[in-house]
Amino acid sequence: MTKKMTLHLRIWRQPNPHTPGRFVTYTIRDVSSDMSLLELLDVLNEELIKKGEPPVEFDSDCREGICGTCGFLVNGVAHGPKRGRTACQQYLRDFKDGETITLEPFRAKAFPVIKDLVVDRSALDRIMAAGGYISVNTGSAPDANSIPIPKEIAEQAFDAAACIGCGACVAACPNASASLFVSAKIAHLALLPQGQPERIRRVLRMVEQMDKEGFGDCSNHGECEAVCPKNISIKHIAIMRREYLRALWSL
Amino acid sequence: MALWPQSSVAKKFLNAITGIGLFIFVVVHLFENLLLLTGNPDDFNRWAHFLESFGVVLRIIEIGLAAFFIAHIWSALLVYWDKWKARPHGYRVYRTAGWTSRQTLSSQTMIYTGIVLLAFVIWHVITFRFGPYYPIMVDGVEMRDLHRLVVEVFNEPINVVLYVAVMVFLGFHLRHGFWSALQSLGAYHPRWTPVWYSGGVLVAAALAAGFIVIPIWVYLYL
Ligand code: HEM
Ligand code: SF4
Ligand code: FES
Repeated sequence: MTKKMTLHLRIWRQPNPHTPGRFVTYTIRDVSSDMSLLELLDVLNEELIKKGEPPVEFDSDCREGICGTCGFLVNGVAHGPKRGRTACQQYLRDFKDGETITLEPFRAKAFPVIKDLVVDRSALDRIMAAGGYISVNTGSAPDANSIPIPKEIAEQAFDAAACIGCGACVAACPNASASLFVSAKIAHLALLPQGQPERIRRVLRMVEQMDKEGFGDCSNHGECEAVCPKNISIKHIAIMRREYLRALWSL
Repeated sequence: MALWPQSSVAKKFLNAITGIGLFIFVVVHLFENLLLLTGNPDDFNRWAHFLESFGVVLRIIEIGLAAFFIAHIWSALLVYWDKWKARPHGYRVYRTAGWTSRQTLSSQTMIYTGIVLLAFVIWHVITFRFGPYYPIMVDGVEMRDLHRLVVEVFNEPINVVLYVAVMVFLGFHLRHGFWSALQSLGAYHPRWTPVWYSGGVLVAAALAAGFIVIPIWVYLYL
């Protein structure tokens, strides 16, 4: 049932990376409970623009939970209350009328705040780049299914490949570790025949880059798995560790 | 080279291997100490004397154990050093998402329970290993009367209280440590990981309880 709601948003406002930020509380009245959280921010921003104030900066693109662009902490939980969803897929009906919702950017040394709720997640891209290429023949497109892959393996690789690189795992981790993201990427390619030629150097280089970017180490709190919008399991972190052992063994 | 903790992953290998080593030691140590409760003081002293008879081999094992301790603490401190650097600006509001999260009081306090264990181990080694030598004749052989030393120490209520408290900390350390060590070594299994995650509570509680019984028993009955 659609209801009208009044909500208070306590939002981290920071004009640029070099100026300290602070929380500012805004009240928004008479909004539909079927609106999404990002739509609530859109409404707030229209009001702010009308008043001549700077709107709240936040990232979003697809708004259907597939691109990995959105993300911040909602009441202390990365992406918000409903598990297995991105911030853009959180709806006001899952909050209480009159509630104060705290929105805070993902925080990690490797994710510097650019403005308000927007952080720089390019560290994740650099880890991907450090993983490097995979050896496939270019030229005319190969026939589909020309490389047979057992169903179970294909499904496991898909599970890992579901990671959309949102960075919520880093944000939620008490150690600000990127292990879930990195392990999903490593496991994905390590499982597939196309990932075999560079398998050893990929894990070593990606782990090395992860450490260089200033992410913390994994203490197995498993918080990442609980906030991951794609339900990536910490099984992948174990796979990454096995891949790493394997790589050390074969050096 | 493989064990030198250069990377975040290798750090956890070292922490986990040494953690498991210490865990095994602690389990063995509990069974040794239960000899205190047999009713015959000679049982405990005989066992200690038997261990002493290994001489240089025992010294090497002791040094190995100390090395495990140091490597465990070293790798743990490296993990925590990185943690403190990795999020210079903390959250105003932060809570666990619950669900499948394994974040518990125990996982959050590993460094503190660990430091308590370290302080305890130093005290423990000074009190017992390097404590007074009381001679006793058992089966016509002179040996160290460690039983008497233990009884003396645990007839001080303060020592009993401290020992019991530290064993609670040990329980907390192992509640997370038990399954965490397996996960750190890459041993994840969809069916078994939940078992050893939950089983960690039982293992930790049983070990702590075992150690807690001993000083209380000694205080009350010996
Ligand atoms: C009786 C002695 C001890 C036992 C049986 C023990 C056991 C363990 C085990 C099994 C783990 C799990 C390893 C892993 O997460 O991969 C662990 C982790 C840990 N131990 Fe110990 N430990 C002992 C003493 C200590 C001491 C003296 C410290 C001192 C600082 C310490 C600090 C830590 C820390 C901080 C972790 C967690 C590391 C992380 O979060 O990644 N432990 N311990
Ligand atoms: S593992 Fe999950 S939480 Fe982490 S980046 Fe990928 S999708 Fe986001
Ligand atoms: S905006 Fe694309 S996942 Fe949220």
